[in-house]
Amino acid sequence: MNYDNILNEKIQNIKPSGIRKFFDILEEMTDAISLGIGEPDFVTPWHIRDAGIYSLERGHTKYTSNAGMLQLRREIAAYLNRRFDLQYDYASQILVTVGGSEAIDLALRVLVNPGEEVIVPTPSFVCYGPLAEMAGGMPKYLELKAENQFRLTPEELRSAITDKTKVLVLPFPCNPTGGTMDRKDLEAIAEVLKGTDIMVISDEIYAELTYGRRHVSPANLTDLYDRTVVVNGFSKSHAMTGWRMGYVCAPKPIVAAMTKLHQFGIMSAPTTSQYAAVEAMRNGDGDIEHMREEYDRRRRYLVENLNRIGLSCFEPKGAFYVFPDVRSTGLSSEEFCEKFLLEEKVAVIPGSAFGPGGEGFVRACYAASMKDIAEAVARMDNFLTNLRRKQGREG
Amino acid sequence: MEKLLELLEQDCTMPVSALAAAAGVSEEEAKAAIKKYEDDRTILGYQAIVDWDRVRRETVTALIEVNVTPQSKDGFDRIAERIYQYDEVESMYLMSGSFDLTVIISGRTLREVAQFVGERLAPIQGVTGTATHFILKKYKEKHLVFRPQDPEEREYIFV
Repeated sequence: MNYDNILNEKIQNIKPSGIRKFFDILEEMTDAISLGIGEPDFVTPWHIRDAGIYSLERGHTKYTSNAGMLQLRREIAAYLNRRFDLQYDYASQILVTVGGSEAIDLALRVLVNPGEEVIVPTPSFVCYGPLAEMAGGMPKYLELKAENQFRLTPEELRSAITDKTKVLVLPFPCNPTGGTMDRKDLEAIAEVLKGTDIMVISDEIYAELTYGRRHVSPANLTDLYDRTVVVNGFSKSHAMTGWRMGYVCAPKPIVAAMTKLHQFGIMSAPTTSQYAAVEAMRNGDGDIEHMREEYDRRRRYLVENLNRIGLSCFEPKGAFYVFPDVRSTGLSSEEFCEKFLLEEKVAVIPGSAFGPGGEGFVRACYAASMKDIAEAVARMDNFLTNLRRKQGREG
Repeated sequence: MEKLLELLEQDCTMPVSALAAAAGVSEEEAKAAIKKYEDDRTILGYQAIVDWDRVRRETVTALIEVNVTPQSKDGFDRIAERIYQYDEVESMYLMSGSFDLTVIISGRTLREVAQFVGERLAPIQGVTGTATHFILKKYKEKHLVFRPQDPEEREYIFV
């Protein structure tokens, strides 16, 4: 059978990520250090794991209600209010999803009509464009600039809007840049969107990993609340990636539509994970602070030391990535990563993998032990020194 | 600078540059502080935590409860010193409650422990009684769990 004729055209047109080959190399290596995977290095705190286990002991193995357990939604509403000053009605405005990823997929699918445009600021996580395409939409990539600390400016947004624009994705705090938007940045965005029907999908999965100040959501702004879909989850804040626990908050009719789709495609998020999530919401704020403090130390160390050894690196205010500029080496970001991996056995990800605007940068994840990070910096120093020496000889 | 002590207690093999950054001080300040802590014996030493069961299995760790008669001038300290001077003693604490001293002996055979208690510890003047407990299995010490790491079977993923 020729499956090219059988598979859906849209999915065939979506290209697999080019960084697979780095992972293939990495898997063959011993004593390699990976700053490549964007995942907390912490294990889920024990009291949360224990709550999951206890729910199994008690025999809670059935589906929950489609939108998620009421007690969990109640806790999420209280948490969002407590931590971010967000107001959502637990009964009608919150849907528990299988990770933030499902929430993004649902939001795009219930909002986008065929041919409508989805503005995706890049460099950013790779899922928005492909999911927008599968939802029938047209991703419109909008390149963010290092000189703006990878924030979205109102001018950039204005230039990207057409009469087909339906959704603006706001991926802040941003993977891979670590860029964040503060209140006045968002107010400027609100001003541009005023009078349009453009909806905002705000992916706030890294909200708790904001350093030096509290995260601001577009939904904190009265002008944006009605047009904002907030996507969040437990993966990054509570080190719960494998539990696949996310949620989405939005105006009532949008949550109703997403719940409809969720009930057909998923039924309900995993029950064990929901019980663990209740515990995380009730007694997990201390875990968040502890992990953030740890990440913050590593962040400061990495930024300071990358700059010291000659890789210019702006100070990321969120997430757990640094995004240094490698253009001074004369290598493309992919060449840089490949050479660095082969010569020094450290994996970082080429910025080009994160869409337009990522070329010339690499992403290093500091959700790794301080020891690995320090060793990675030493190897990077060595790598750059050798590279300059070689280039000096050739030049 | 207390932060430095906390960090060193977690992992004393961290390079000074990393310690300094984590504690939010300069490398020179960190070096000076560590030197000072070492000199005034705030930092007593650096040791590895070893799971000896993975290398040799015939040795035991014993926790001995000791009752003593305190001496009029020096209290418990004098008699404590006479006990902890023995190389066999790994750790020793003065306790509240139903006995006075906890003496921990490790890395010895059963016979050696028996000999130590019978021939060295019990005859010390002022020691009025001992109760020896052998540790059957170590689960956790200094926040570290005695268990080999589960192998990572996952392929690399892009997130």
